[in-house]
Amino acid sequence: MTERSTTLQIRTPEGIRFSLLLAGPTSRLLALLVDLACISAATSSVSTVLRLFAIISQDIFMALTILASFVISIGYGIACEWYWRGQTVGKRLLRLRVVDQQGLKLQFSQVVIRNLLRVIDSLPLLYLVGGIASLTNSRCQRLGDIAAGTIVVRTPLLVLPGLEQLGSEKFNSLREYPQLVARLRQKVSRDEGAIALRALIRREELEPAARLELFHELAERFRSHVRFPAEAVYGMTDERSVRNVVELLFEPRGRD
Amino acid sequence: MIIDLERFMAQEKPCWDELERLLKRVEDDPGCSLGVAGATRFHYLYQRSTAGLARLDGLAAPPEFRWYLESLVARAYGEIHSNSGTAQRMAPGKWLLQTFPQTFRRHIRQFQLALLITVVGALFGAAALMLAPEEKGMLLPFGHLHGSPTERVAKEEQTAGKGMDGRKASFSSYLMTHNTKVSVACMASGMTWGVGTIILLFYNGVILGAVILDYLAAGQGIFLAGWLLPHGVIEIPAILIGGQAGLVLASALIGRGSGFSLNVRLRMVWSDLATLIGGVGLMLVWAGIVEAFFSQYHEPVLPYSVKIVFGLAELALLLLFLARSGRNKQVTRRD
Repeated sequence: MTERSTTLQIRTPEGIRFSLLLAGPTSRLLALLVDLACISAATSSVSTVLRLFAIISQDIFMALTILASFVISIGYGIACEWYWRGQTVGKRLLRLRVVDQQGLKLQFSQVVIRNLLRVIDSLPLLYLVGGIASLTNSRCQRLGDIAAGTIVVRTPLLVLPGLEQLGSEKFNSLREYPQLVARLRQKVSRDEGAIALRALIRREELEPAARLELFHELAERFRSHVRFPAEAVYGMTDERSVRNVVELLFEPRGRD
Repeated sequence: MIIDLERFMAQEKPCWDELERLLKRVEDDPGCSLGVAGATRFHYLYQRSTAGLARLDGLAAPPEFRWYLESLVARAYGEIHSNSGTAQRMAPGKWLLQTFPQTFRRHIRQFQLALLITVVGALFGAAALMLAPEEKGMLLPFGHLHGSPTERVAKEEQTAGKGMDGRKASFSSYLMTHNTKVSVACMASGMTWGVGTIILLFYNGVILGAVILDYLAAGQGIFLAGWLLPHGVIEIPAILIGGQAGLVLASALIGRGSGFSLNVRLRMVWSDLATLIGGVGLMLVWAGIVEAFFSQYHEPVLPYSVKIVFGLAELALLLLFLARSGRNKQVTRRD
């Protein structure tokens, strides 16, 4: 079995690397179930409308119903993924998207092939072949994806976090101690700084107890690196002291 | 090294926002044109964002920043580096008269192989029926073919084509969808390194061979030609082209001696597969109409000679189309 990964790394000609978050079999199965429900609903609705033709001829009604259900079942995935750039109703709900495995824009032929090859992926029943293929493939690709050179990725709603939550305009008592600032910058690692910054940005999302605990641990971590003068941190909460440290770590060198 | 995120954000965020707006515009309307100035600006913003991503690489910044910028760069990368045909407007006439026949001819070897497999299957089916006529029911899955051909011909001529009254349109739809499913299955089975395609083509050949021998042995060759030719000359080549597409896919998978990686080999045949299967769909729509509304009429309503001439004329036109159409035009590979 190939080693599975949750991301696909792409290196651009400019030498920049970015990663795409691969969708797992569970979310893809849920999206498929939603799509099957949509196909069923669309077929049923169209059939109801076409019933009007039965007044003219039962034969024409039957012919149109057979054609409509075939076109909807084959065309639904192709039309949606082409029009919505790699998404169907199910994939939109589950925040998934079909993309080219090299990060390029999807071509129409790719959309056609990955959808037509569902014939093989759905064999012998309940997408067993496609399911086994995606479980054993490092990029979670079913056979249709392999043939069409596509992957299904997660597209979580990404919003650039605001830095205003740092509250850097407030007085920072630690700035009065240049040696402390220098030692902090020397001892605190890049990852520790990033974790503390992230905790500050997301602090409003935390439960009160978890928030207290998290900032206590972070403050303890910083205290293990340097000794803070007692008068500089007197009466200061753990969260405030973490905020002061982060502010010193991330501000331009010239400011102190 | 720790970055001054505040200053970095203040400098770069307007560019990221502008790139986001341009991306939304391009994504919402794939046919939209940014113009030279807009495209230049788009490229500049992409490069600036990639530079921003490079600056974040290895710096102490929360992962949310990187995720956001990565998603922005990924979307812009797809737009800038793709050479897809999204911007091209649909040209169905050009596709039908040039792209489809050119694609067919480009993979003629796979078509010949599909034809050979079907012929071998037909010979096998004929031989099997000759050696074990009691197994006719197993060889022919369609109930109306199980009886004596002579009795069937007599019955068909007696009903004068009225047996299908009130069912022609639905029968036609059924034939179109069923045969398209078979052709799609022939193409998709190429993913089994061609084994599935070969089995399907062979099995189709077995049925065809058994039916032909059954009717010829009963002295009903003229009825058979009048019944099969009008729709069969389109339907059978369509299924063979479906098999051709399956063998093209299998060739790309196996890739013997090509020197390209699997991804490149598959990338090279995507548009050809889509074109071939699109052409098959059109052919089967025609075959379905002919089979339901023309093939089911026999003598005395419709002379067999008319049906045979009609079938042969269709075959000649199909061969002419596949062999000559788009020949003098530049080879078109549409994605």
